[in-house]
Amino acid sequence: MLKNRIIPCLDVKNGRVVKGINFVDLKDAGDPVEQAKIYSDGGADEICFLDITASNENRNTIYEVVEKTSKKCFVPLTVGGGIRSIEDINKLLNCGADKVSINTAAVQNSKVVIDSSKKFGSQCIVVAIDAKKNGKNWEIFTHGGRNSTGIDAIVYAKKMEECGAGELLVTSMDRDGTQVGYDIELMSKISSKVNIPVIASGGVGNLDHLVEGIKLGKASAVLAASIFHYGKHSIKEAKEYLDSKGIPVRI
Amino acid sequence: MNVTIVDYKSGNISSVINSFKEVAQNKVKIEVTSDLNKIKSSDKVVLPGQGSFKSCIDALNTINGLVETLNDFVINNKKPLLGICVGLQMFADVGYEETETKGLGWIPGKVTKIDNQNGKYKLPHIGWNEINIMKDSKILKDIKDKSHMYFVHSYEFVPNEKNAILATTNYSSNHVCAIEIENIFGTQFHPEKSDKIGLKIIDNFINL
Repeated sequence: MLKNRIIPCLDVKNGRVVKGINFVDLKDAGDPVEQAKIYSDGGADEICFLDITASNENRNTIYEVVEKTSKKCFVPLTVGGGIRSIEDINKLLNCGADKVSINTAAVQNSKVVIDSSKKFGSQCIVVAIDAKKNGKNWEIFTHGGRNSTGIDAIVYAKKMEECGAGELLVTSMDRDGTQVGYDIELMSKISSKVNIPVIASGGVGNLDHLVEGIKLGKASAVLAASIFHYGKHSIKEAKEYLDSKGIPVRI
Repeated sequence: MNVTIVDYKSGNISSVINSFKEVAQNKVKIEVTSDLNKIKSSDKVVLPGQGSFKSCIDALNTINGLVETLNDFVINNKKPLLGICVGLQMFADVGYEETETKGLGWIPGKVTKIDNQNGKYKLPHIGWNEINIMKDSKILKDIKDKSHMYFVHSYEFVPNEKNAILATTNYSSNHVCAIEIENIFGTQFHPEKSDKIGLKIIDNFINL
């Protein structure tokens, strides 16, 4: 039986972790490689890096981070943030990323998704959707949630599936950082509309939220950051809890 | 001893390279090449594969003499080869991804899309799934039945003969996820991404 996945996400800026584990005795708390290794040793099903480097001159730092991490972690590694072109994707994959997550570029030009999934295979193309509730619907936002687009999230999700995305990483902008739980309605609406796996993101504050994301949100995988970073819960605890609630996980 | 990972410009093989180098350390030489002479002289070959069946076969055929060299290595010289993901699928006679495409024909069978049962099963089959080990083998030595491996695929290899099947996994139905016939080995899952247990399979292959 296929297991539901738990994916910890680390924010990386200028090659350093800015939102990550800060509860264990780390030799270097800013080292993405060390943090990724802790998670993969702890049973994380995949690791996600979100590159939030703002300046262009420091954009290259992520390549070095990916290269080092992929030599130490032997679970899938997804990298997102600032990916603009096929060339960016090619570089990240060559450095050892297994998947890339494309956000703004996919909204601006869906050809990036079509071309990259043809060239590299759908299995490594994740489309990240940042959505905010707007009346009865959800609107997608770009540039880390700053720019509105007027595009409906459900319609867009379906379109990205048709363009060749292998997975969708759906983040609720309303819930992100609030710790009140995923936007279950958004997750389940998208998940029931598409035939590709959905990764739920944004709003996890406790282990029940992970359960809800899978059971009610119908997500194949759940992504979370702070509940793992601050030592509130380990990956192992999360998996044991999901297991106790009847959710299939890899233990 | 040396192990060659065939670099035929099809998809992302850096994870395969990293995992083999991690396991081999400095004891075994890992080459990454499409050089036919180097392939011929190596002790073992790894055939990775990402993307579609057709794109991988096309990429193999782009390199003049590569298919013949691999045939010679596997069929005539009976040296060990490990196919990973589409690398395994290409062992078949024919694949149906994108369009009907002739495979390497080493193991009689075909590659068809996993039945998603009208949307009940999402595709690709992505994530960790248990393997059901069907028989004793060299490549799965010390791997427990029901171990978890990492999968990413939408197509499955359907061999004509059951004796080729080393392990299956259940997604929509029981499908083949590992193959072993004499010197030909293959995994549908990604040992290079299956954590320590995956590295153990790589270790088993290196130590055959």
